[in-house]
Amino acid sequence: MLYVAVAAGSFRRYATYRAATAAGLITNTAFGFIIAYTYLALWNQRPHLGGYGPAQALTFAWTGQALLSVVMIATGGVDELQDRIRSGDVAVDLYRPADLQLWWLAADLGRAGFQLVGRGLVPVAVGALAFPLALPDDPLTWGWFLLSAALGAVVSFGLRYLVALSAFWLLDSSGLAMVSGLSCMFFSGMVLPLRVFPGHLADLAQLLPWAALLQVPADVLIGARTGGALLRGLAFQAAWALALLALGRLVQSAATRKVVVHGG
Amino acid sequence: MWVRSTLAYRTSFALMTFGNFAASGLDFVAIWLMFSRVHALGGFALPEVAFLYGTCSLALGLADLLVGSLDRLGARIRDGTLDVLLLRPAPVYAQIAADRFALRRLGRTSQGLLVLLWSIGHLDVAWTAGRILMVPLMAVCGTAIFGAVYTAGAAFQFWAQDAAELQNSLTYGGNALLQYPPTVFARDLVRGVTFVIPLAFVNWLPALWVLGRPYPLHLPGWTAFLGPAVAALMVAGAALAWRHGVRAYRSTGS
Repeated sequence: MLYVAVAAGSFRRYATYRAATAAGLITNTAFGFIIAYTYLALWNQRPHLGGYGPAQALTFAWTGQALLSVVMIATGGVDELQDRIRSGDVAVDLYRPADLQLWWLAADLGRAGFQLVGRGLVPVAVGALAFPLALPDDPLTWGWFLLSAALGAVVSFGLRYLVALSAFWLLDSSGLAMVSGLSCMFFSGMVLPLRVFPGHLADLAQLLPWAALLQVPADVLIGARTGGALLRGLAFQAAWALALLALGRLVQSAATRKVVVHGG
Repeated sequence: MWVRSTLAYRTSFALMTFGNFAASGLDFVAIWLMFSRVHALGGFALPEVAFLYGTCSLALGLADLLVGSLDRLGARIRDGTLDVLLLRPAPVYAQIAADRFALRRLGRTSQGLLVLLWSIGHLDVAWTAGRILMVPLMAVCGTAIFGAVYTAGAAFQFWAQDAAELQNSLTYGGNALLQYPPTVFARDLVRGVTFVIPLAFVNWLPALWVLGRPYPLHLPGWTAFLGPAVAALMVAGAALAWRHGVRAYRSTGS
């Protein structure tokens, strides 16, 4: 119950930054147009590149803009937690009768939920007005997409939590956060759908955790994953989510043993 | 001072510069990956797209290096620290532009320059004196145009304190747009960045002249040389917006 309240509070907190949300929406929409046109140029030359048709490729581009801020592609860590670790405020958090990882997970899911509503719907709607998108008619597919996007948000948190915890050892984890953000940008499919990557790089990239952030949810939405492939995709995301959360828990217990609180 | 302070943390500085280099390089990796699947994009070959990419990355990188810190203005207005700057006997604009001056931003500049040099080596262009001179001119005018966008975006934050991301759609979005040839985009989009917010003068029009390609929208030949005039106009407009913004500024109080 506590964690639901944390998530709801986080949702409300992000909902108050209205000008920032509007500015973000304009940016997402502008980038959506640019990427959509470059994909069109690419798919005009190779109509079945990566197994997608032009409409599916366009939908992929707009889904990427819709999910960008939901799964925090290009952002390295949990900035606030990193700052709290560096300043020592984390000692207060550890003293609370709540689990550190679950607390931040709840807060992050609240944020993701707001971003999905605040910054996800409009780009897809604008994209659908301007281009022939391959959006599903079946409400069930939309449901699977939402589940897949939620799993993507958990995997994203799992990765960023590890980066943030590294501040216990590195003090300044911004360098690592940058490297993590870059990997995320490249291996999530944001730069180019992973299926379009050449040869073995395409196969490898689809096994890495970053594929859970955008590639799998987008494939679910555009109908490139149905039946068994759909379930395998969701299982892939869930497995990475559990593995990363478990690893985070391990690192967390090692880190908390390291913390020495100076009284005064 | 900011340069010395960042150089003090050598590992972090090296990592961040490399990160900046690689982050802006990802765009080019995307283009390169696309060209591993096709031979031309919008009718342009890889060296030609690389030329467009290099010229606009260099211009944006230099503008970001000089005045990129302006996007912190909104945060300074919100937490009230702008008032401190207003009290000092130095121009506020210079103080904010120098605020947290980040040498690591050299990453994007050097990456853009590298791609530009590579493209020049691979282009099939007869290099006359005029064409050679056009390249540094593009860098200067492009820097001024992007610098004007940064300034106007910052001035806008005097009214909308929370909208720093808005100028990103013009700077980084414009950069993403100008990396690709205009033939890729819809005519209305090309019209918009030619006549409304004239980003096309950063590299599209002068670069198409260098490459000997037809201009978009059937523009006459002399438009490729309008860069300096457009840059001057935009800088004047941005300066006006900035002055207006500073005058209109009311502190947050308390």
